[in-house]
Amino acid sequence: MTMRPADVVSVSTIGLRARRLRTTLSALGVAVAIAALVAVLGVAESAKAELLTQLGAQGNLLAVASGQTFDGNPTPLPSTAPAMIRRIPPVRNVTAVGNVPGVTVRRTAAIPAVQTGGINVMAADGSLLSTLSAHMLRGRFLDATAEHYPEAVLGYAAARALGIGTLDASTQVYLGGQYFTVVGILDQVAIAPEVDIATLISFGIANSRFGLDNHPSRIYLRADPDQVAAVAQVLAFTASPDEPEAVQVRRPSDILLARIAAKNAFVGLFLVLGGIALFVAGVGIANIMVISVLERRGEIGLRRAVGARRRDVAAQFLLESSVLAGLGGVLGVALGVLATGVVADLQDDPLVIPAVAPLAGLAAALLVGALAGAYPAARAARVAPAEALRTL
Amino acid sequence: MSLELRGVSKTYPPPTAVTALADIDLLVGTGETVAITGASGAGKSTLLSILGTLERPTTGSVRIAGVDTSAMSDRELSALRAWHLGFVFQQFFLLDRLSVLDNVATGLLYRGMPAALRRQRAADALGRVGLSGRRRHRAGQLSGGERQRVAIARAIVGGPAVVLADEPTGNLDSATGEGIVHLLTSLADGDTTVIVITHNADVAGAMSRRIHLVDGRIVRDSAVFA
Repeated sequence: MTMRPADVVSVSTIGLRARRLRTTLSALGVAVAIAALVAVLGVAESAKAELLTQLGAQGNLLAVASGQTFDGNPTPLPSTAPAMIRRIPPVRNVTAVGNVPGVTVRRTAAIPAVQTGGINVMAADGSLLSTLSAHMLRGRFLDATAEHYPEAVLGYAAARALGIGTLDASTQVYLGGQYFTVVGILDQVAIAPEVDIATLISFGIANSRFGLDNHPSRIYLRADPDQVAAVAQVLAFTASPDEPEAVQVRRPSDILLARIAAKNAFVGLFLVLGGIALFVAGVGIANIMVISVLERRGEIGLRRAVGARRRDVAAQFLLESSVLAGLGGVLGVALGVLATGVVADLQDDPLVIPAVAPLAGLAAALLVGALAGAYPAARAARVAPAEALRTL
Repeated sequence: MSLELRGVSKTYPPPTAVTALADIDLLVGTGETVAITGASGAGKSTLLSILGTLERPTTGSVRIAGVDTSAMSDRELSALRAWHLGFVFQQFFLLDRLSVLDNVATGLLYRGMPAALRRQRAADALGRVGLSGRRRHRAGQLSGGERQRVAIARAIVGGPAVVLADEPTGNLDSATGEGIVHLLTSLADGDTTVIVITHNADVAGAMSRRIHLVDGRIVRDSAVFA
């Protein structure tokens, strides 16, 4: 005959109930470590979910860019390229931008010409917004009027570099020797950072004032999500049948993948730190349990006298240690979820906690409890009952 | 249940290397009440531990109800203690946070008995030691004499064949101690064997047999020399 399972549990919590402050503090150590682990996983996953949402929306975006000749000169794409690409059946949207070489943009003519702020001037048209899923932060995009009048739209970073935050009818920039009215500012376009640092003007003005001749330097297109790879294969030939090797085809969403990979690297680092915290908490529990075994020699001796086997005593202390760590684990998971919720709320990310995080947190806590309790439990089982009962 | 020691000696390992018992032969029959007396360090507690299977002898054999215990596993010895032996100690060893009733029920814990049945038996045992009114108190709230009565109730709750008591009155005043002695001897009305270590002549006098130890040897046994 052995103990009943319910009795095993109840006996294993006697020590914890008798020393509540000690129990609370030891469990708190585990709770903090588990909370950190759950929060790291949760926060990272929430941020990743935001990126993955973008990735899902941007995964079918392809970019065709002009290459360079061997001597480093850019080779503009043929002016026919956008129309050719539009004819590929799975292609849904196409937009082209043309780099206007040698033209700088400054706040006023009084700014020295060398202070370009790294801002490019690009020709663009209305299809840019829909193709890149871009949004206006202020004002409007280039419209039909802009084809004939000097109007400009600033990329997000370009507007900041030029110090332009709000717009009115008199907001102008000095672009290629004359003033352009700024009609709008774009919000960030994560998928095409080159647009962020550009000042956009119409193809009409770029052709007539700067001799662009409708040559695009980069074409963005959205394809049927199932056909992205197939479209990518034929893009170079379609865009530039004469010089396909001079054309670069990119998938801008690779930037997002890189960011996700970077986040994963941080998660790994923080998980290691959380693991160290958990190890320290485990050592704390082992310490407390060893003290507990020493203090409770009399109880151990008595239990042996009333019929407890060595393994009953070992099980009692092992379970006590596991329950202690498990309490910390439950508290830690709750704190971790709370922390993730707060961070996700602050960063406007969706709240995503991978199901594995709370479960792994609890499992890790119980494992630490069992490991920390193993040695004290073995010691408790080895206590010689006659000696324990004599020396109190 | 009879207890029999043959050629039992006990030497503790270094650094102490004390020989606590030397070549003890002893047979205690069913229903006997035995007082073990002797000076401090004479080996009384060691003798009681060996009789109660809490400790194994260095040499010699211990037979309980005719069965040699030296070949028994920890599991078998534990079951023997759980079902047939009851212990009372000078320091009581009650779990102060538990109720009096649960302390007594602890005597049945390792038999695998349902909690309700354990409590019922514990209530009966508390009745026998006159503490029915205290069952809901915590053990820590009781006086010394009451605590020892709780410990006796815990020892007898399972109806053991042998009760082993190590100076049960040592921490009590003489009037209280007398009550405890009376309680222990009353147990032996039936088939229960009672073995008590004591310094107290009155306690020893209340027992049917007296054994006196000196330096780990039995120098007087009222059953043999009387």
